[in-house]
Amino acid sequence: MSVIAGRREAGVGLRSGPQVRRREGVARLMHLLFLLVTSFAVIILGVLLVSILNDGLQGIDWSFITSRASRRPERAGLITALFGTLWIMALTALIAIPIGIGAAIYLEEYAPRNWWTKVLQTNIANLAGVPSVVYGLLGLGVFANTLGLGRTVITGALTMSLLVLPIIIIASQEAIRAVPLSLREAALALGGTPWQTARSHVLPAAMPGILTGTILALSRAIGETAPLLVAGASLYLTFNPGGIDSNYTVLPIQIYNWTSEAKQEFKDLAASGIVVLLAVLIAMNTVAIVLRQRFSRQARW
Amino acid sequence: MATQTAGPVHVAAPTRSARPTEFTQSEPIVQVRDLNVHYGAFHAVAGVSFDVPKNSITALIGPSGCGKSTVLRSINRMNDLIPNCRVDGQILYHQVDVNARKVDPVEVRRRVGMVFQKPNPFPKSIRDNILWGAKINGFKGNADELVERSLRQAALWDEVKDKLKENGLALSGGQQQRLCIARTIAINPDVILMDEPASALDPISTLKIEDLMRELERQYTIIIVTHNMQQAARVSDQTVFFSLNEKRQGVLIEASPTAELFTHPRDQRTEDYITGRFG
Repeated sequence: MSVIAGRREAGVGLRSGPQVRRREGVARLMHLLFLLVTSFAVIILGVLLVSILNDGLQGIDWSFITSRASRRPERAGLITALFGTLWIMALTALIAIPIGIGAAIYLEEYAPRNWWTKVLQTNIANLAGVPSVVYGLLGLGVFANTLGLGRTVITGALTMSLLVLPIIIIASQEAIRAVPLSLREAALALGGTPWQTARSHVLPAAMPGILTGTILALSRAIGETAPLLVAGASLYLTFNPGGIDSNYTVLPIQIYNWTSEAKQEFKDLAASGIVVLLAVLIAMNTVAIVLRQRFSRQARW
Repeated sequence: MATQTAGPVHVAAPTRSARPTEFTQSEPIVQVRDLNVHYGAFHAVAGVSFDVPKNSITALIGPSGCGKSTVLRSINRMNDLIPNCRVDGQILYHQVDVNARKVDPVEVRRRVGMVFQKPNPFPKSIRDNILWGAKINGFKGNADELVERSLRQAALWDEVKDKLKENGLALSGGQQQRLCIARTIAINPDVILMDEPASALDPISTLKIEDLMRELERQYTIIIVTHNMQQAARVSDQTVFFSLNEKRQGVLIEASPTAELFTHPRDQRTEDYITGRFG
């Protein structure tokens, strides 16, 4: 302590000099810039939400939720599309999440680092960038026609699964890769098999990241219209899908349908539909976030 | 099972008495024969041979990058995890080559445990840290008793007995390392490899680990990599000195009883290193 005090007495200046001031100026500028960029995204989102809620909220009542499609706007509702979306999303999650996480585990924990793995990896990355309508065509060709599944819920869910799989795989791989090697070494050095190591240590540690990627992927899927239209979703349906072999429609298609109607009343219905779609999306994300919190509480290193 | 080791194949973690006791003082438990390790095109370790006697502490010393850790990790096949790593030559554990085709690395590692440089407890409770390895190896006995015995052996019990449910990562660095040792002891290995186990610790924790090693030597065979020559001199029975040859390959210079190596080194390079005139 005395040394520092002595220095101060000796007059060693600790006030910023011109060079330090310049650097700190730049630092403050960057701080401001990043704050601005973040605010920009949040503000846009806020404006969007307010405008949608403004247009759509008053149109939402119990009968809107529970009514089926109709030619008369005052009687039209979206229960059919809501059911369709829930069916498609639930099945997509059921199909895509296990396959996606499994593929990620294989690629990160088992696959030899060779030419073939690299080809596989590059292809998965490319698939994540393929326009969604192409998946629709694939779904129509393979699931609906070749496999004879027709224009049904299962065709839609399989098509959606293909669409989200690359995103889930890549996000899960990132999460698995972020688990420190030392954790794997610890488990293997105790005589753990690769699978015991992955299941007991790597996966729990990677789970928060995997869930985040899955949320993003499913959030993308819930808003998709094009692939399902192409793969055979119905534009106008007056009954609720009753199983995986039913015809179906989904919320975005219903919304799109309403916006293309001439009457203003239908356009208002579209706004209300968007609010419902957002609500479903938020509900889905909330579940995933709660799950993620639970996992990240126990996995920390 | 894939191995034909001389020791019994335990399913449950056995007690001390179940371990093989019939051995002579000089019986080697691990024999390294003309070990060569390549990382891709890089020849990291060239022609290393030495024996590790049972119930002794062998210290591997030498300058950075001379392949000590590589040699150590070859013994329980941890180098399998490193892509492009190729291990040639023989590492005999109870006369069985651990790299033989029929040998399962999982079987090797449950007999040859390892403690790493950086403490790496699982992000789980202290209790679960001890029990995980035992459970996957088929332990069916009294869990509480195993936890207490392992922690006592690792000289950690008194410090943690009231917080066994707490996360292992909440402990101090030195305690974490002793937890890692306790976890290794819990699966009752034959050999314990330690890769600079005290290098990330303060002097008091280091001394505790060294005392612990002395204690463990009675039951286990320990091979330790250390940068700290005093540590090697303090704890080990045998010291193996590695250095780099003119092709920058890690080579064994001298393997002698520790007292001999530090007082009458046979090789000039050993003498230069231990007296600090290296490089």
